[in-house]
Parts: sequence; structure tokens; C-alpha cells
Amino acid sequence: MNEAQGTQSSSIPSKMEARDLSFFYGGSKALKSVSLPLYQNKVTSIIGPSGCGKSTLLRIFNRIYELYPNQRAEGELTLSGGNVLASTVDLNMLRAKVGMVFQKPTPFPLSIYDNIAFGIRLYERLSKAEMDQRVETALRGAALWDEVKDKLNANGASLSGGQQQRLCIARTVAVKPEVILFDEPCSALDPISTARIEELIDELKQTYTIAIVTHSMQQAVRVSDYTAFMYLGELVEFGVTSQVFTTPKDKRTQDYITGRFG
Amino acid sequence: MSLQSQNISSLYARRLRFNTVAITVATTVTIIGLLWLANILVVLFWNGFTGLTPAVFTQMTPAPGSAGGLLNAIAGSIEMTGLGILLGAPVGILAGTYMSEYGRGTRLTQVVRFLNDILLSAPSIVIGLFVYELLVRPFGHFSGWAGALALALIAVPVIVRTTEDMLLLVPSPLREAAAALGATRATIIRVIVYRSAKEGLVTGVLLAFARISGETAPLLFTALNNQFWNVNLNKSVSSLPVVIFQFALSPYKDWQSLAWTGALLITLTALAGNIIARSLTNFGNKKS
Repeated sequence: MNEAQGTQSSSIPSKMEARDLSFFYGGSKALKSVSLPLYQNKVTSIIGPSGCGKSTLLRIFNRIYELYPNQRAEGELTLSGGNVLASTVDLNMLRAKVGMVFQKPTPFPLSIYDNIAFGIRLYERLSKAEMDQRVETALRGAALWDEVKDKLNANGASLSGGQQQRLCIARTVAVKPEVILFDEPCSALDPISTARIEELIDELKQTYTIAIVTHSMQQAVRVSDYTAFMYLGELVEFGVTSQVFTTPKDKRTQDYITGRFG
Repeated sequence: MSLQSQNISSLYARRLRFNTVAITVATTVTIIGLLWLANILVVLFWNGFTGLTPAVFTQMTPAPGSAGGLLNAIAGSIEMTGLGILLGAPVGILAGTYMSEYGRGTRLTQVVRFLNDILLSAPSIVIGLFVYELLVRPFGHFSGWAGALALALIAVPVIVRTTEDMLLLVPSPLREAAAALGATRATIIRVIVYRSAKEGLVTGVLLAFARISGETAPLLFTALNNQFWNVNLNKSVSSLPVVIFQFALSPYKDWQSLAWTGALLITLTALAGNIIARSLTNFGNKKS
């Protein structure tokens, strides 16, 4: 963690990159020209007070906002160099590459096995044995296998909150994305479950590029390599996590991380 | 401040008195309302059960003065109610799905919901007349098809309403989570949304079934009646509500007795439908 120094960041390839990204809910502007890279195989945390636009920003990365009318994004957003916001982009393929884990655990009303298999079946036709293998790999990847291997046919909702959230992570990992977006993944969990998810995020970054929105500054320090501080729809500061939290450049960042507001 | 009763202020005493009066009035009115319902049910069960013999289920509706049963009416009712649900349920569920999943908040959905509410409270005799013009007059004879269609038209708005309500209850994050995996809208609805709202959807269909199993007016103009065994939908078909209507108004004792029994059968069917629907919803609530 935090091994990257400010001077090195330019040499690390960025997996996704936002340039002058703005976002509108109907007529009101929620994001104002945000530019932000997500460096490959790094964890980028997005912090800021409620309503500052951090979740809004995250929801542009996989264009999940398009489920709702009257929401639109302007500017440029790339994934591996390709324009994400182009109208020709196949949304389902984009979302296969950019997975998302939500604030509240959202197990589907299916068995634990089918919760994982649901996503895989959207893209691949596998034999029973291959599917079993993929489900196991995904559950192992989310450090859940040992707890559920004997009850794969139980309903996903029967798990505890922390287990449900790891099930959602397993489900996301199962479709082999390149980027995983976490939207306050631990805000509904107890400290022990939170610690497990954080360990998991640390492992996942070996394989994936990760962005995490969080309300907990301690969590940002613990899990992320880079931190973006947002305030009132603007990106105030972006940098290596240790530097943002020890020597912030902007007064507003300083005030927020020392608890003077927010 | 003291809690002794002699220290109660006059204002507080007035509130207590008013409270007692309010409870008394509300309870009395409730009892008055329930008394009629109890009265109807007791009379219905008393008169219905006395005529409930095996013959009811094995013999056709009789001519006045001879023995008989309700078999042709029961068969016709099952046939037309079943077909009505079979026609109405897909239309109702798909329309409700459109309103909740594809056209949420759009002008079209608002218009459809408004029209659906009108249809929901439309007098069923109007629907009977509509189908009469549509399927009876052009062909020159009454038919079971027309009866089933009239019942379907009554079932549709009930199912549309419950389907939309139940699908709106499915939390949005669940849809987002499925979309975030790259599922298309159709897959999300089929695998995730319908499964979450399964009990609610079945409830809507059962309520519609309970509703149309007792409808008389729309059948009078469409399927009319048939005193013989007939399940051919191209001809007029007998049904319990119409037989009850005809027999209850007749001066013959045995016909009246059969009408009571028929009414009991319909009531029990509707009751069973409602109870199953209710227990399904409770089951669904407990699970989540």
C-alpha cells in the first residue's frame, strides 16, 4: 500500500480516465468538470461529504445512471483508451468489464450458487462441471467458499450482511471484469465484516483496478493507493493517499480530513 | 406534578371522556357493519348447506319441479373463469410490467394507469354490453367465448393494478445490481424482478379470479345460460352466477334451494381465493 510516490504516478498506466466530466440530474449540475485517473491495479478512494458527487462519479464509470431518464453525462471517459460515453458503446459489455458492488448487499432472490452463475450465464455457455468450478473460484476469490460450500442451494438472503456483501463481490468477480467499483461497500456492515472486505479489496487489486467511494477516512487510508477528495461536485484534490492525508495541498481537504466539516 | 386522580384537570378529564366516546362510537359502528356480513354468511351457509347433496355435482340443472343439480353450471363457470384468467393474466401482467419497468413515470404510463382505474370501477354490465356488441350480435348467438372475454376484460384491470404495485415494491438496487453485471432489461425482469415479486403477482391473479368467479351481469349478455350439459364455447354456456340469478328469482322451491347452494359454492371459491392470496402475501412479507 502507498508504495507509489507522487513522482511515479505518471509512469503508471491509467486503466480508466475521466477528463472534464460533468453530470446532470435533469437541469441541475451534480459534477463540474472532474478529471481523474484510475491507475491500473491500484485502489483509488473517493472521499468527501454527503452530496459532493462521489457516488454520482462512480455511477458514470459503468454508465449505470442510464437506467434512469433525465440523467446525462458530458465530457470524456475512457477505458483502456476507448471512449466509454460514446453512444455506440454496448452498455452490457461495458458493465461486464466494469463491475460494481453497492452500498447495501443486494443478493438476488436465488440460491447462493445461482447468484454467482447468473452473471456467468449472461456471457458463457458452460457445462455443469465447468460452472461448478467457476462458482467455486469466484466464491474462493471473495473469501466466502469455506462458509457456504455446504449450502450452495440455500437462498442468498439467508446469509449474514457481511457474507451477502462478499457474495456480491464474488458475483462481480465471476464475470471477469477489469475494473471493480465499490460504492460505500462497508457502510451497512459491522467492523469485523468491514475488515474482511478491506482485506479482500487489498487482494483483488492484484488482478483488478479498483475505485471505492467511502465515508470513512480511515478506510480510505487503509485500502487505497490514491485518494480523490470531492466537494460540491468538484474534484478538489487528487494524489497519493499518504500525501493527501498528511500534506494536503488544498485548505478544504485539510478541513475535511481534520474533521472541521462534513 | 401528581398522578393522583383527584388532581386531574378539567381539560384532561374532558379528553378522557372524549376518548371513551370515540372508542364506543367506533366499536359500535364496526359491529353494525360486521353484523350484516355475519347475517348474510349465516343465512347463506344455513340455506346453502341444506341443499348441498352429491346430486349438485352429478346432475344437470333441472326443469321446475324435478330433481337436479348444478353440474353444467359448475363446469361452465370453471371453463369460462379459467379461460378469462388465461386471457386476462398475460395481458394484465405484461401491461403492469410495462408500467413499472419500461415506462415508469412516463406520460403513457400515467394515462394507462388512469384509464385502468376507470376500467377497474366500470360497472360490469357495461363490459357485458360491450362484448355483446363485439362478439354476440355480429355472430347472431350467445357464446362461451363472449362470456370468457367479458370476464377477461374484468380481470385485466385488477391484474394490471396489482402487478404494477408489486413490481414497484422491488427495490431499485436489485435491478441496478443485475444491470451492473451486464444483464439486459428483459433478463433483469424475468430472472430478478418477477422472482422477487412472485407472491404478489400470484396474489393479483387470485384476486382477479375471486372477482370474476361471481360476476353475473357480463355473462347475461354474452354466455347467457344453457340448461343442458355444454362445454362447447361456440354455443351458450351455463354458469353459476346466471343460474343463481334465474333460479333465485323463480317461484319454485327446489330452484331456490339450488340457487342457495350455488351461491355458497361461489362464496367458498372466492373465500378460498382470497385466503390463499392473503397467506401468499404474508409469506412473502415474512421472507423479506
